[in-house]
Amino acid sequence: MDFLSDTWHLFVRLLRATARMPVFVLISIVQPILWVLLFGQLFAKVTTIQGFGASSYVQFLAPGISIMTALFGAAYSGMGMLADIDRGVLDRLLTTPVSRGALIAARILHSAFQVVIQAAIILAVACLLGARPHGGLAGILTVFLAAALLGAAFAAFSNALALAARKQELVIAVMNFIVLPTTFLSSMIMSRNLMPGWIQGVSRFNPVNWAVTAARDGFEGRSSSEVALSLGLLAVFALICAALATRSFSRYRRAM
Amino acid sequence: MGAIEVEDLRKTYAGGVEALRGVSFAVRPGEVFALLGPNGAGKSTTVRILTTLSAPTAGQARVAGFDVVRQPREVRRRIGSVAQSSGVDLTATGRENLTLQGHLFRLPPAGLRSRTAELLRLFQLEAAADRPAMTYSGGMKRRLDVAMGLIHRPEVLFLDEPTTGLDPESRAVMWKEVRRLAAEGLTLLLTTHYLEEADQLAQRIAIVDGGRIVAAGTPAELKREIPGEAVTLDDVYLKATGHPYRGEGG
Repeated sequence: MDFLSDTWHLFVRLLRATARMPVFVLISIVQPILWVLLFGQLFAKVTTIQGFGASSYVQFLAPGISIMTALFGAAYSGMGMLADIDRGVLDRLLTTPVSRGALIAARILHSAFQVVIQAAIILAVACLLGARPHGGLAGILTVFLAAALLGAAFAAFSNALALAARKQELVIAVMNFIVLPTTFLSSMIMSRNLMPGWIQGVSRFNPVNWAVTAARDGFEGRSSSEVALSLGLLAVFALICAALATRSFSRYRRAM
Repeated sequence: MGAIEVEDLRKTYAGGVEALRGVSFAVRPGEVFALLGPNGAGKSTTVRILTTLSAPTAGQARVAGFDVVRQPREVRRRIGSVAQSSGVDLTATGRENLTLQGHLFRLPPAGLRSRTAELLRLFQLEAAADRPAMTYSGGMKRRLDVAMGLIHRPEVLFLDEPTTGLDPESRAVMWKEVRRLAAEGLTLLLTTHYLEEADQLAQRIAIVDGGRIVAAGTPAELKREIPGEAVTLDDVYLKATGHPYRGEGG
């Protein structure tokens, strides 16, 4: 109980801090819309390539951009933790009886929440541009769940890294190193049918690809057993990352 | 039983730096006790251990009757901690900072609301209560910091360098607050590198140098050991350490 209520109060604190940065809020809304418009225009013709397997690129892109935004947004969650360390906020929290796990859980929850809001905006804009959620409400919820799980996993990983390295530059460098390759080693912007064989092979082990395929299959209303498998794998991945972050946090506290 | 009992506390950091080389002292309930010394003497390390943020390499410490290593949760419930580096969330308002702090001490909502209002009034932060703390002056931030440390009516309050970086006017306000808290019977452990601050506020002082306590007693006792008239804590410090006091210059 204490864990849940502590997580809630700390989550509210993070949410409030975000809401008080209007420019940040504006950018995190406009940026994904921009991706949909930009990629939608830039790659509009790829659907005409034989074997692409989708009629409209916006239709194909909408779930993919939802996942990409989740990835990009959550990857830097650890920066907030470092800011709390620098300003003495974390120390102050640690001198209270607060559940230690809640300090990590609140950050993961905050990222997951933010990511779902962004996914909702992306899907809405894509639908205005002609995309259709053939999977219905269940499909849309699948996109949200895939985005939330991937966001949670990367937020946890980012915090684990931040607590181990304690340097902003390192967090930025490592996450940049991870984010783009995992994006391109997935079917986020390119149909799986058109990928070279080795990328197809690698993408099977890429959590970003699990999220993309689950989101896209859900959005299109395709086979639910594969969606369930991808979501299951993502959930396991998120749990492993959360365990890593918790471990990193106790190591950080012991090293003080 | 003392409010704080410290026995041969040692701390060696990972890099091999010996921050504490055997510190012992005891603080009685209701007492204002000052750890006085220059930066790097080991004051903050001592406070970090007593507030459960850091584990000692050796030695024992009990706060409010509980062992800081074996019973950290019991200790945390009974202490307030005001660190040197603040800890105010600058994006949140004063009221929000206090409320979060109260939630984390699991105060019931109704009691928390009135306690928050009471502390805002007491620390003259009512007018600024609903402004983000980033708009506060240094003195206001420090007052909020102290108020946050008091939200759950702790038995022992730790004040690490409470007036460092404050202008003389804010320092005077903070001294008044400390005296008021002392009059209420709260046990206070404060660290300072200002000789005058320790002299003015503390009933007993321990002079810390190089990770050890080199002299301890009431300000009067400490001065009495030095022959001559108009003895100041500077003279006490010089005799105890063999070098003149340099304060923040280090």
